[in-house]
Amino acid sequence: MKRHLLEAADLDRDDATLVLDTAAQIDAALAGREVKKLPTLRGRTVVNLFYEDSTRTRISFELAAKRLSADVINFSAKGSSVSKGESLKDTALTLEAMGSDAIVVRHSASGAPHRLANWVQGSVVNAGDGTHEHPTQALLDAYTIRRRLGRLDGVRVVVVGDVLHSRVARSNVWLLTTLGAQVTLVAPPTLLPVGVGSWPVEVSYDLDAVLPKADAVMMLRVQAERMNASFFPSAREYSRRYGLDAVRMAALSDDAIVMHPGPMNRGMEIAADVADSVRSTIVEQVGNGVSVRMAVLYLLLGGNA
Amino acid sequence: MAGSPEPPAGRASTPGVLLAPADVARVVDRMAHQLIEKAGESLADLVLVGIPTRGAPLARRLAARVAAFSGTAVDTGTVDITLYRDDLRLRGVRALEDTVLPDAGIDGRLVVLVDDVLFSGRSVRAALDALRDLGRPRAVQLAVLVDRGHRELPIRADYVGKNVPTSRAQKVRVHLAETDGTDEVVVVEQ
Repeated sequence: MKRHLLEAADLDRDDATLVLDTAAQIDAALAGREVKKLPTLRGRTVVNLFYEDSTRTRISFELAAKRLSADVINFSAKGSSVSKGESLKDTALTLEAMGSDAIVVRHSASGAPHRLANWVQGSVVNAGDGTHEHPTQALLDAYTIRRRLGRLDGVRVVVVGDVLHSRVARSNVWLLTTLGAQVTLVAPPTLLPVGVGSWPVEVSYDLDAVLPKADAVMMLRVQAERMNASFFPSAREYSRRYGLDAVRMAALSDDAIVMHPGPMNRGMEIAADVADSVRSTIVEQVGNGVSVRMAVLYLLLGGNA
Repeated sequence: MAGSPEPPAGRASTPGVLLAPADVARVVDRMAHQLIEKAGESLADLVLVGIPTRGAPLARRLAARVAAFSGTAVDTGTVDITLYRDDLRLRGVRALEDTVLPDAGIDGRLVVLVDDVLFSGRSVRAALDALRDLGRPRAVQLAVLVDRGHRELPIRADYVGKNVPTSRAQKVRVHLAETDGTDEVVVVEQ
């Protein structure tokens, strides 16, 4: 595997499959154990460099690194010298001077991890950059689909919602396509990016038409913090046309699953009874996230001297 | 192999071949008998845990022979040691293999680790570390098909199929039908 994980589009089929297989083995090896800890990354230091708020991704990376016995430093921009005007580069070089081997970075600017990768010696893992990519989320989504449905080849995945702003959607489009799945994007025209026609996906504006054929439905969060330009008339109208409620869920085939990367707006893009149904993999996705991130850290850091 | 009768065919005679298919089968049978003898009352508690890749099929074979000779079914498992290795930085990461333990676990039982070749002892050390995280066996023993010497750690095997004096420049290759299509142990000069 490469030294950095910057985007899902970087991963070829072999790399991506290796991550998923490694995660599956780690899952199996740790299942039912009292001591959920492995000595693999003893003495290595992982820095979580978070310029944007996060609950599950930061905790998930922290847990993954700790289960592999790495030392973890959590850095959030709030309460650091960033508020005194320190740049991303200086912050990263400072952290590396103190001996970090890997930097897990989340930043509001698309491309920040790429810049970082040119400045530091260690590995850089993209934990979400602006509206660009969130590769570990796509890996855990692919892992969840493979675990639930037993395969990825030919699986029909429908991604619904704010594709325009969603790094989760972008990463999933590239990774799932690489792994042989067929992706359909469903969104209001205002929430689809320019140039979506060149993506290897199908596009639809009608959720009800695509649901019966779907094997997995991935609901995206309506990002209230980015809804500043009247992308749709009202929350109620969005919810009625693009939200997943119990009636729509009934149109799904028997073994289709419902996914959401979190955090959820219950009642907006997904109804509470759908989120809590047996089809929902939302809690499972969080658990799988730890295994997948362990696999990523092991493959990136395990062999580096 | 002292004292074992020479079979008419299948005997290793090609240079470099330490054990031919018939030899491998006979050595596994002898180790199974030794396991039964040494385990005694503990046979019901016995778990044979293979170290992937080739320790795993070897453990299953030993279990089948022990069951055939003693009439007692024996649990088997595998423990992948990749994440416990101390040479990942030197040799790079590799894909992981299965870790499977019997449903009854290994707590309080007699665990016999099974591997194909005992060399530096570092794999066994890693396996012992892995076992410590998986449970608390009553005792841990070690069975290997070939002991080629050159230990770097204070580790020795309880059951040895064949002792082979080697030089460090040589490589010992164990082939098993399950993984390589044929049973054979060969020494390769480098």
